[in-house]
Amino acid sequence: MATEFHNLQELRHSASLANKVFVQRDYSEGTTCKFQTKFPSELESRIERTLFEDTVKTLNNYYAEAEKIGGQSYLEGCLACATAYLIFLCMETRYEKVLKKIAKYIQEQNEKVYAPRGLLITDPIERGMRVIEISIYEDRGSSGSSSGSSSVSGSTAR
Amino acid sequence: MKNCEYQQIDPRALSVSPASAPQSPAETTAQRSRRKWEVFPGRNRFFCDGRIILASQSGVLPLTLGLIVVTCGLFFAFDCPFLVEHLTAFIPVIAAVLFVFVVISLLRTSFTDPGILPRATPDEAADIEKQIDTSGSSTYRPPPRTKEILINQQVVKLKYCFTCKMFRPPRTSHCSLCDNCVERFDHHCPWVGNCVGKRNYRFFYSFIISLSFLTSFIFGCVITHITLRSQAGKSLVQAVQESPARYPFIPMLNFYTIALVICFFSIWSILGLSGFHTYLVASNLTTNEDIKGSWSSKRGAEESGNPHSYNSIITNCCATLCGPMPPSLIDRRGVLPPDEAISAASASEIELPLFTAKNDAHMNKGSLKLDITEQLGDKKERKVLTARSLLSHRVTLSDCCRYRTSCLSWPVGE
Repeated sequence: MATEFHNLQELRHSASLANKVFVQRDYSEGTTCKFQTKFPSELESRIERTLFEDTVKTLNNYYAEAEKIGGQSYLEGCLACATAYLIFLCMETRYEKVLKKIAKYIQEQNEKVYAPRGLLITDPIERGMRVIEISIYEDRGSSGSSSGSSSVSGSTAR
Repeated sequence: MKNCEYQQIDPRALSVSPASAPQSPAETTAQRSRRKWEVFPGRNRFFCDGRIILASQSGVLPLTLGLIVVTCGLFFAFDCPFLVEHLTAFIPVIAAVLFVFVVISLLRTSFTDPGILPRATPDEAADIEKQIDTSGSSTYRPPPRTKEILINQQVVKLKYCFTCKMFRPPRTSHCSLCDNCVERFDHHCPWVGNCVGKRNYRFFYSFIISLSFLTSFIFGCVITHITLRSQAGKSLVQAVQESPARYPFIPMLNFYTIALVICFFSIWSILGLSGFHTYLVASNLTTNEDIKGSWSSKRGAEESGNPHSYNSIITNCCATLCGPMPPSLIDRRGVLPPDEAISAASASEIELPLFTAKNDAHMNKGSLKLDITEQLGDKKERKVLTARSLLSHRVTLSDCCRYRTSCLSWPVGE
């Protein structure tokens, strides 16, 4: 069974990176930002399927909200055009506000759900919105290897 | 002749033994934190500590700016006084507003990140390679890397980008001039000196629309000016000849007819371009897709339309021009973690480009110096070759790097 970590700090200090899983983009609805909810096989022994799917679905909802074309985005666009786009220099766009919410959500998910299972999610914005990178950590002291991750000896120096 | 004593070194050894190069630029700069724009792999130039991004060659951006400023300047100086007197004072006001809008849109288009996709991290690239290898057909030579996906029930092929090491998202194209993958790539505009993509298309569109208005307005005003003068009893030619600021030796040529001529020639191309881009916006297409005919129905195939279109002109226009402003994905001003800074710096020094005699522009970038120890009979003469002298010696940098003693002003080991 996967080792338990109590917080992110403990994870980073006492574990070593074993593998990375990449959740790719889902383009079935066009170029809007959406990630595949297919459960990667490497995570089968690490985390429950429903938890993972919930995380990805919530992220997809956040991105859909950021990219929604509706009343507020039209208002923002017309106002920007009228001010010769100078307003973007002073004001934070709706997209940026949602990105901050996403960052907070990912941080919270990492602390509550993923770090205790030896996993870490990287914010997609740091990877150019192409993938959700999930890092799988192995406890240094463990001698066995879980499925899908390369075995890491305990004496791996950081 | 000189007896050069050179020892061949393995360039890979340079990265593992930083002690042999105590004065290397990497060491000094790694001590201060570096920003991500400094190690950006594409061919872009950055100003104001990463706030402003430009393509590697500014193209004819100075010419574009110059033409606009000169034409408007001539208009304000020579036409406006007459027209204000005879018509209305709103004319220079309208022209000034349009001029400011044009210049701001142009600068926004040039200096904004068009939607550059950062290159795949090594882990990501390795993961993709693994997926390509495992998904069938590894018995013969690797086929061209494409992936088929369904967008709105239509099959679309995604191509693999060998430079950026990832499958390009739909509507993304790799610009060879800037060496970047750009999202919703429209075209690389030399007039603007930058690619036009997802993030700066609206600025580009407002630039060409406002420029159309400006040139039409100036053209109309100058025609009015000449007409008014000629109506005061004189013929058209006389009116032009008697107008102020006449160039003494060439008849009919004075400063404001220059403005007229510039407007006349540019108005057709700008109006045409505006019309073309209005069509593209209304059908949610990019110039790239239109030229390649990506969505035109082929003979025998089932109907294929544009899967990205909303099938309504108004929705297409609003989505393209008034949609949400996506953020820049390349994070120019982020600070690099120190270990990444060192590895990036040493990597960039090992992969030194081949300098040939033709590539003068690249040679003069930064200060490139070579310390070469030459044996002249009994004494060793230390020579510092600058970039210029490299050109005259017709020596390529890769040749020098194979030889010992120094590269990039590292000291000679004596």
